[in-house]
Amino acid sequence: MQRLIDRAKALLESGEVARVLGWRKGENVWDVEPAFFASPEELSDFVYNGFCGANLSKYMIEASKLEGKTLVFLKPCDTYSFNQLTTEHRVDRETAYIVGVGCKGKLKIENIDAKGILDVQGAGYPDASEILTVKTLYGDKEVSYKDAMLERCHVCKGKEHMVYDELIGESVDTCDGDRFAEVAKIEAMSPEEKFAYFQSELSKCIRCNACRNVCPACSCRKCVFDSNKFDSAQKANTISFEEKMFHIIRAFHVAGRCTDCGECSRVCPQGIPLHLFNRKFIKDIDSLYGTWQAGAEVDARGPLTNFRTDDAEPSIVTKRG
Amino acid sequence: MLKIKRSDLGTLFAKIAENNELYLPVKAAGKTNFAAWDQDADVDLDTLKTVKSPKDAFFPQSEGLYSCDREEGKIKITAEKLQDAPFVVFGIRACDVRGIAVLDKVFLSQPVDTYYAARREHGIIVSYACGAPETSCFCKVFGIDAAQPEGDVVTWMVGEDLYWDAKTEKGQKLTAQVAELLTEADAALVAAEQEKIRSIIEKLPNSHLSLEGWGAEAAKTRFDSPIWEQLYKPCLACGTCTFVCPTCQCYDIKDYDTGNGVKRYRCWDSCMYSDFTMMAHGNNRTSQMQRFRQRFLHKLAYYPANNDGMFSCVGCGRCVDKCPSHLNIVKVIKAFGKEGK
Repeated sequence: MQRLIDRAKALLESGEVARVLGWRKGENVWDVEPAFFASPEELSDFVYNGFCGANLSKYMIEASKLEGKTLVFLKPCDTYSFNQLTTEHRVDRETAYIVGVGCKGKLKIENIDAKGILDVQGAGYPDASEILTVKTLYGDKEVSYKDAMLERCHVCKGKEHMVYDELIGESVDTCDGDRFAEVAKIEAMSPEEKFAYFQSELSKCIRCNACRNVCPACSCRKCVFDSNKFDSAQKANTISFEEKMFHIIRAFHVAGRCTDCGECSRVCPQGIPLHLFNRKFIKDIDSLYGTWQAGAEVDARGPLTNFRTDDAEPSIVTKRG
Repeated sequence: MLKIKRSDLGTLFAKIAENNELYLPVKAAGKTNFAAWDQDADVDLDTLKTVKSPKDAFFPQSEGLYSCDREEGKIKITAEKLQDAPFVVFGIRACDVRGIAVLDKVFLSQPVDTYYAARREHGIIVSYACGAPETSCFCKVFGIDAAQPEGDVVTWMVGEDLYWDAKTEKGQKLTAQVAELLTEADAALVAAEQEKIRSIIEKLPNSHLSLEGWGAEAAKTRFDSPIWEQLYKPCLACGTCTFVCPTCQCYDIKDYDTGNGVKRYRCWDSCMYSDFTMMAHGNNRTSQMQRFRQRFLHKLAYYPANNDGMFSCVGCGRCVDKCPSHLNIVKVIKAFGKEGK
């Protein structure tokens, strides 16, 4: 971590960057927050550890509008979002100095099955250990690092950064699961079972918009769900189908652009597996148009914004069911 | 003091439900929230904090106010039926009971909110002491005793027994309805449990947070502080903190087009949202910093200014647990404390 701070200090002092976008220490090891640092002194609060799951790419939309370059620390999976935002002209590559930072899988405090957690040891960087020691009000316990990882890390896209100016630190490919296993399970359900599944998950939705606001693909200046010019602006449900409509429309809107960064599911206060919608689209796109990863490269023409004569005919959807 | 075996709680809930609608913490799709009880409900009394607070029971996230329908060239206005039957909310924690007291000051002062008042009149609160407080709890800061909640009936889980103590007339009426299931009990065991709870509370990292400098005067002294500018930046402008909060009480009124008229309803609003308090001339808060500041000054300055110094934070810690960017009221309080301003 010290290497990151030293490099940030050097770049700030040389004037090459005007600010640093990273993570700030919280009260505890797990409550780190995305933060801007304007001076070398402020970097004393900088932290990088296993709980720095937040994808900083989205903050670059605002940072791109500021004067001078912003040094941003991106993990391998975050760089897909950055590329996608560059492709969509929402961030300006020229305003970013990207330090690709090593990642060994990120943690979610809710995944640690313990009450009254006071401290989590073993989540430091670069020395993330395989076993976390969890100190709690009700005694200590050990939890495997893997068990506490975010869902997205179990389907890790790999240790390569898709865009960077320099790299610091080693990454590990933490993939130990099948990215489409859950989607396939849902596909195999009967229509009634599917409806019941999504009904039970989505009826927990409190319309807080955290999924939308954290999503790097959701970068509209004014979301249709915030516009008071239409009936679509709802903060709560008038009919029982409404929360489903919100999530389904959102999934359609990000289809083909979603990099599967998993931020929606990370932030949902009700633990709704929102990423499954996006993955269903990704799985379908892969099978209809060939494997496609949004954000793998800049200015690539995505299957849904491109036309080829050998494209799947729309009727295939009816045939597939 | 009365008691009932934990294993007999299903019978108790069925008995309560004979005469009252019953709401209690129910686990569904992996998360626990207050919901209506039925025989199949997966009642969860072990989770300390429901995701949403129980404020829905008195102030639902969305509720109809009245509807207008075209009928033979005229408009027929139908008022929403007010709550007129008794209901029980079982398992409310001490912080959330105080949360209802905060809402009371808003909705029961003139002009009285009839929808809320009807629910308060018919609602019976069965509170539930916190056996295992969490790190994010800081109710003690606001003078709340997690070992002795307020409520019409107060309950404690000690070992395999639920202890039951009626405190008000409403509580005694409810007790009479279920008396056949309760047996006399020794209060000494509850006192020991309370000691245990209080000793844990003492060890919580935020139990002794200082509120110095907050209160009515903070509206003047802290409004223009540069600290807000530093604090708000990670805020995503989502409404998580406001929607899980037991005391946030702002709402919006909207019309739903039914095709033959409108259904007017109200729903929770969030000061984090860009159209919050939007008026004809525009919005009086144009930046996220201002919206962020509004939320915390409302809890820690404006509300106390209007309510004899009472804060409208109860230290439940839901925002501490749930903010996607890990911002929360504890960090705000500490940031100002550190600066000594």
